[in-house]
Amino acid sequence: MRRSSLPPAARAGAGILGCLALLAAAAPLLAPRDPAEQLDAAESSRRPPLSSLLVVRTVDAEPRLAESVTVERGDLVLARRSGSLRVPLGSVTNYGDDGIEERRRNWLGTDALGRDVLSRLLHGARVSLTIGLLAAALALTAGTVVGACAAIGGRFVDQALMRAVDGLLCFPHLALVLLLAALYRPSTALLVLLIGGTGWMGLARLVRAEILRLREEPFALAAAAAGRSPAGVLVRHLLPNATTPLLVDASLRVGASILVESALSFLGLGVQPPQPSWGSMIADGQSHLTTAWWIAAFPGLMVAAAVLGSSLLADGLSDRLAGLRAGRRAPWAFRTWLGVDAAGSRR
Amino acid sequence: MIRFVLRRLLAAAVLFLIVLTLAFAAVALAPGDPLAPSDPRIPPEQAERLRALYGLDQPVPVQYVRWLGAVGLRWDWGQSYRTGQPVADVLFEALPPTLLLAGAALLAQYLLGIGLGLLAAFRPNSWLDLGVRVASLVVYALPTFWVGLMAVLVLAVGLGVAPAGGMTSAAAFELGPAAAALDVLAHLWLPALVLGLSMAGDIARYTRTSVIEFQATEAGRAARARGLSESRILLVHGLAHAAPRLLQLASVSAPLLLSGAVVAEVVFAWPGLGSATLLAIQSRDIPVVLAATAYGAVLVIAASLAADLLLARLDPRIRAE
Repeated sequence: MRRSSLPPAARAGAGILGCLALLAAAAPLLAPRDPAEQLDAAESSRRPPLSSLLVVRTVDAEPRLAESVTVERGDLVLARRSGSLRVPLGSVTNYGDDGIEERRRNWLGTDALGRDVLSRLLHGARVSLTIGLLAAALALTAGTVVGACAAIGGRFVDQALMRAVDGLLCFPHLALVLLLAALYRPSTALLVLLIGGTGWMGLARLVRAEILRLREEPFALAAAAAGRSPAGVLVRHLLPNATTPLLVDASLRVGASILVESALSFLGLGVQPPQPSWGSMIADGQSHLTTAWWIAAFPGLMVAAAVLGSSLLADGLSDRLAGLRAGRRAPWAFRTWLGVDAAGSRR
Repeated sequence: MIRFVLRRLLAAAVLFLIVLTLAFAAVALAPGDPLAPSDPRIPPEQAERLRALYGLDQPVPVQYVRWLGAVGLRWDWGQSYRTGQPVADVLFEALPPTLLLAGAALLAQYLLGIGLGLLAAFRPNSWLDLGVRVASLVVYALPTFWVGLMAVLVLAVGLGVAPAGGMTSAAAFELGPAAAALDVLAHLWLPALVLGLSMAGDIARYTRTSVIEFQATEAGRAARARGLSESRILLVHGLAHAAPRLLQLASVSAPLLLSGAVVAEVVFAWPGLGSATLLAIQSRDIPVVLAATAYGAVLVIAASLAADLLLARLDPRIRAE
């Protein structure tokens, strides 16, 4: 597909996702601090965005933080939330001519344990995007395999697979996902399996319908007449022509998977601490909502950006698809929270 | 029609049996012993007694048949490991609040969605239309629980226009029936709105496309040719055209709504099935978790069954299939 032919919505979506992926990949370089670092937690906890604290390093103890410092009779007096603290000036190692110059800026504030929200957001992006992409890839693979098997496997295989898909579509996924997440130790692999494994049914239907449609096209008939095996026709001719609708669905699936992951992590059943994830950061912020809104607010915006990016990309792609098939409108893709994608294609 | 209903009922029953079996298998195959995390000071003979009490000393297939029998014949889900209360009682108390919340959210989602969709369809490609389309993408992208937290922060804590959580006020027991209902309503509107918001976008988009599409059909052109007013064409005939698909959307959105209800209940401290399930999961109260899974399944299956039957009522082609 030529890049210039993508509609603006798709380009915006791809741009958002690309930026997020870049931020995630470069998280260790970009993050101002270690996402788990809790330096002087009592003093650094719940600091608002854009605030900063002075770092006072001494020979004998851990570095201490202070809002401001003054010198008083040979001591350095640290103005702290808990009152003032006197440290002998001689033991301070980073006191220079201009006083203490080392500052830690909390760009997006700090959480209740004094950890830097920005650093955690960047590292959390790696977890959330990885799970979203892998789950979507799993769903894409499973859906393509099942759909293709149903389409070319003959009447019996087709019936069996499609009835199974029907059943799974009205299956209460969340109940089972909650149950499994509760019983087994949540890990990235389990989350990918759970989220991807419950999200492929819509894709299977789509692939089957596309292949059944394309199979009757002249190019496919020609390939079959030229002696290519059914599997050969499928792989060389049918699937490549079904790429765009598959991409539309896969793109939606990335966003849906990120939403599911964030909800599971919010409930404490997803990514486990100390690994940061957007959902669990929101959960951390829930109990400090009134005193430190920034802990919960920013990760929610990140989730929204990622999901919006994938929706825009899918929308743009499906508009283009509709254009390609001039006259044949692409089915509106409706999404639900746990992977059902059906309203456009149910029966 | 009767054959159709019977076939659907049978399919629903089979699906429920499969869910039960899968849920049981998941628990039986899970690593760890339900009695293991308890106090290590429990003497072995005591642990054996507990094991026998809960039937855990039997082989797994026997446990399965017994469990299925108790559930199927007496709706007996056993006792909660945590409180010793019968599980069915625990969940029976949690069910009405969840149904209330999900029902109100369904209403909110359709009112909002259809309203905005029609608004956009009146002037396709206007600024209003673009606004509705963008808004529908944005509300889908926002995680429900996050919107809930922000709504609590701004509307409940900041502006004080809604209570911050719970289903009733602390003094609700002193109120008369009418005042008590109003009290519940005051607690209900915000969670229902938040929960309904995420799907409202999809419904708006669907209503918009469907109504615009209708105008190009023969029925739409005929309505215009008869001289009906623009608003009548859109509101009455266009909406009737969209109705079957909108109904189908309800069955698809049932699992969504229910899963959304779990997180919304946690955010708004709503005393429903979701809160009960999460508490059970956190305390590894397996009988309650199993039963809650099954209750969730029943709700979803019943919702999609109801939507299917209504749809068949609306569209004779489906019954004939």
